[in-house]
Amino acid sequence: MSGTTTIFRRELRSYFSTPVAYVFIVIFLLLSGAFTFYLGNFYERGQADLQAFFTFHPWLYLFLVPAVSMRLWAEERKSGTIELLLTLPITMWQAVFGKFLAAWAFIAIALALTFPIWLTVNYLGSPDNGVVFASYLGSLLMAGAFLAIGSCLSASTRNQVVAFILTVVICFLLLLAGYPLVLDAIRAVAGQGLADAISGLSFLTHFASISKGVIDLRDLIYFVLMIGVWLYATAVVIDMKKAA
Amino acid sequence: MIETRQLTKRYGDFTAVDAISFKVEPGQVLGFLGPNGAGKSTTMKMVAGFLAPTSGGATVAGFDVEQQPLEAKRVLGYLPEGAPSYGEMTVREFIDFIADVRGLTGERRFQRIDDAIGRLHLERVLEQPIDTLSKGFRRRVGLAGSILHDPKVLILDEPTDGLDPNQKQEVRTLINSMARDKTIIISTHLLEEVHAVCTRAIIIAGGRVLADATPSELEARSRYHQAVSLTAGNLQEAKDALAKVADIAAIEVDPQDNRITAFPKPGRSIFVAISDALKAQNVAVRELALEAGRLDEVFRTITQGATGKEART
Repeated sequence: MSGTTTIFRRELRSYFSTPVAYVFIVIFLLLSGAFTFYLGNFYERGQADLQAFFTFHPWLYLFLVPAVSMRLWAEERKSGTIELLLTLPITMWQAVFGKFLAAWAFIAIALALTFPIWLTVNYLGSPDNGVVFASYLGSLLMAGAFLAIGSCLSASTRNQVVAFILTVVICFLLLLAGYPLVLDAIRAVAGQGLADAISGLSFLTHFASISKGVIDLRDLIYFVLMIGVWLYATAVVIDMKKAA
Repeated sequence: MIETRQLTKRYGDFTAVDAISFKVEPGQVLGFLGPNGAGKSTTMKMVAGFLAPTSGGATVAGFDVEQQPLEAKRVLGYLPEGAPSYGEMTVREFIDFIADVRGLTGERRFQRIDDAIGRLHLERVLEQPIDTLSKGFRRRVGLAGSILHDPKVLILDEPTDGLDPNQKQEVRTLINSMARDKTIIISTHLLEEVHAVCTRAIIIAGGRVLADATPSELEARSRYHQAVSLTAGNLQEAKDALAKVADIAAIEVDPQDNRITAFPKPGRSIFVAISDALKAQNVAVRELALEAGRLDEVFRTITQGATGKEART
């Protein structure tokens, strides 16, 4: 078994051996339900789609994903197990990737457990399930990007609270960069070009275009690059701490 | 085999490890001694590949820990300071995880797991989460993880810290039983441990090697080496008798229990002369012993001398 798989399995199992995983999943399901029905006016819209459900995912992830990612490396550093992990015969990349994949799989499980809402909308009408699938994919990719950022910031500190706050702030900025209100302000001050450039960096822009049902290669590349770059940065941060 | 060449670690202006070079061969158990903050753990972390040296390098079984980290880590068993392990896992899960990472499969996997569990007496706690175990058990779990793949080279950072005397004895027996064909480095605060398990000791302070010798060579440096101590019924009579022995350089009396220690002139042996003199004077002696030397005294002299030197520069 390769190093990545071994780390992945250990990490994923460790989520479910503490109550944290179950608490997280319950809160995730409750909040996503509440957002959909109260803020998203799921019924009042009278449309057989999951727009009301997916619109709030970026804001839901803003707080829930950093709560998962904060412990990725900060906890290992605090408890000293990082010394054990990095002196085992695995590469740095296998450790970084294995831990990331486990956290991502954990969020994928939480996301998959929202299937009743998909059943509901199929019972009530006939939604375009292609769009629903694309939205789920976009949501998962976005969660991965949030996680990769969190992984890097978790590696840079031994304090989980600091990791959490830094991750929320950076993810918030990346969300804001695609928010119409902010973009309008930038457009007024700096012109269309800069506004487009900034919105191109944002999670919101790419997530919105995927959840319209159009899986554009550029949006996929954006998220994959985002994940790759931040995971690479994670490895660099850990290497720097090793040489510090 | 472990070899370090001018291994150095600096944190800003502070030099934690200052150009340490040594070589340990298979069959040797090297004890790292030194006050807290001397650089023992930092040296071990660099050899294990957890910290990158500022300059210099180390090889484990011929593999450079910087250039061939995976090969070096494969032959190395390392117990970090404090024996960290994943607390939420059960002992069995943890051992299985290490076996997976170490790529142990088939018959050998079962053999090795059984061997490690047996050697460290973990049978009773296999299904318990590590968090719920006592400090002694947690350390043994860490040790089991580090010897699981039967490594040629073992680095153990304070393996007996936090164990009770019986458990200490067991771990020392374990190290001795593995010593024959392995290269082992242990660090310790306990001088008695050096005697019990080490074939060689290195004393480190301020990041530098101050002594590198066998435990008995170190003892020979002690003021107490070849000294004779005795307890007599009548203190004055004994002192008078000792005054007649020519080779005695000095006599000290412990005010607490009136134990007399006689120090020989350099290179002289005084045991026989003292015992004859006492007999000749008919002094009743409760106890008479030849001292081998005191490691704690050697340790203090060497390390305090070094820190004194640093204070001046």
